Formats: sequence, structure tokens, C-alpha cells
Amino acid sequence: MEAVLFFFAALGALGGAVGVVALRNPFYGVLALIVHLFSLAVLFLLLSAAFVAAAQVVVYAGAVMVLYVFVTAYVGGDTESAWEPIPGQRFLAPLMGAAIFVELSIAVLGSSLVALGTHGPDVNPGFGDPAGIGRLLLERFLLAFEASSILLLLAAVGAVVLAGRARTEGAGKGAASGSSEHSSEAPAERSEDPLAAPSHAGGTA
Amino acid sequence: MNTEWYIVLSSLLFAVGAMGILIRRSPVVILLCLEIMLNAGNLSLVAFSRMVGNQQGQIFAIVVMVVAACEVVVGLGLIVAIFRRKLPLDVDELRELRG
Repeated sequence: MEAVLFFFAALGALGGAVGVVALRNPFYGVLALIVHLFSLAVLFLLLSAAFVAAAQVVVYAGAVMVLYVFVTAYVGGDTESAWEPIPGQRFLAPLMGAAIFVELSIAVLGSSLVALGTHGPDVNPGFGDPAGIGRLLLERFLLAFEASSILLLLAAVGAVVLAGRARTEGAGKGAASGSSEHSSEAPAERSEDPLAAPSHAGGTA
Repeated sequence: MNTEWYIVLSSLLFAVGAMGILIRRSPVVILLCLEIMLNAGNLSLVAFSRMVGNQQGQIFAIVVMVVAACEVVVGLGLIVAIFRRKLPLDVDELRELRG
């Protein structure tokens, strides 16, 4: 039963990954990644990591993928051109991927870890449940927990600064403070010189 | 299932993700392939955690998940900013770091 589940989940994960690489439309790529993430959640459950599996579904397949879907819909799913800047890139890249896989396989097979061939020790039913993970996270790994919270805050602020824009063109201080995003709203003001945009925006304010 | 199976699957997924990053040119798809590589790393972390019988590897996986979420947020913000400036969404044409 466990082997059957593993092979189905592994097939789903691999299929999703190959779909992301092979599908021309980015929107279908996002959908394939959702399949990949759900299959990985099943694998995590098989490895008795219940909390990680739940976080995978909620954080990845829930939140991150919604972000991807919205950005793909906003940017537009135009297919990329067939122009190849490096000749033979389509043949060299799979060769490179195969080389990485062979290298990793040699590293795994050549390691003297005896436990690799086993299922691992028998663990109690509470292995990987939210209580155990939470206790570890809040006691032993408190520093990592706090550092990741600061990282998340910084990323949220950074995304707002990067993608945000002023509401109105003449927003007073906002336009004069030199963020060049709003000057790109008017197509005519799109200039090659990055220094020209903020000074122009300051001039209109 | 033996741990070996999970590790081989994880390295296969990593190779597929690396191949995608080398082949594709759309920044959105490159971010998606990055997700595949990070998840392959996560899978091997959790598999090794099960092999050792210790939950601490799962903490690593959760922290990797947090870092991946941050990377996605910043990357997608950059993509939206690039799109707003009507620059081409193609990593070969975005080779110069100019506004």
C-alpha cells in the first residue's frame, strides 16, 4: 500500500515538474506546479511529517500559488520566442540536467550510509505532528524562528516597494521623493537614462 | 519505502528544475523551476529526518519554505515592476541592469 502510494505520488511530482519545464504557456506551468506540490505533500505524509505536509498545502499550494496565478494573469501568458541566443541550448541543457542527476546518484550510491537502504527507525505516532514541531521551533530553534519572521516582514515590505506605485501622479512628497515607478505610467516618459525619470517626476510635482 | 527512493526522486526533481532554469527564458517560469529545486531539497531534508528518526530536519524544511516564500514575493514584485515599465519579460533581453 505504501509503495503504491509512493509511486503514484512520485509520478505526480515528476510529471508536474516536467510539465512546468515543458509547457509553453506559463499559466499551465503554474497549474502543473500545483500538481507537483500536492504530490510532494503526499510524500511528506508518507515520511510521517504531518505538519510539513499541511504547511506545504496551506502555504505553497494555497498562498504562493495564488500569488503566481494572479501575477501570471496580470503579466499575460504570452509564449516566449523561439529565438535561441546560445546555439544548441535546447540540447545542452538536458545534458546538463542529466549530468547533475548522475552526479547526485553517484554521491548517493557511493556514500557509506547504511541507513539509506532502510526505512528508518520506528518512531512514535507523534513524530512530526504540530505539537512536536512547535516545541522544537519555540524552544531550540527560537532564533531561526525569529529570524525567519524578520525575513518575511522584510520581503513583504520589499515587494510593496518594488511593485507599488503612487496613487496619483501629483501626490506631492510622494512624487518628489524620487521613486521612478510612477513616471513610467506615461509611455512617452519612458527614457533610457534612469536618472532622467526621477528628476522629471520631481519637476511635475 | 527505503530512504534511497526518496533521495533518488529528490535528485531527479532537482535535475529537472535545473534543466528548466537553463532552458526557459520567461522569468515567471524560471521562478517556478526554482520552486521545484527548493522542493527537491525539502524532500531530501524530510527524508533524511525520517531516516535518522529526528524531527529537527523538518524544522530545516519549514525554514526553507519560509525562504522560498520570501523569494517568490520579491521575485514576483520584480516581475510586476519590469512589466509596468513595459520592458520585455525575457531574461536574455534583460541582460543590462538599466532602468
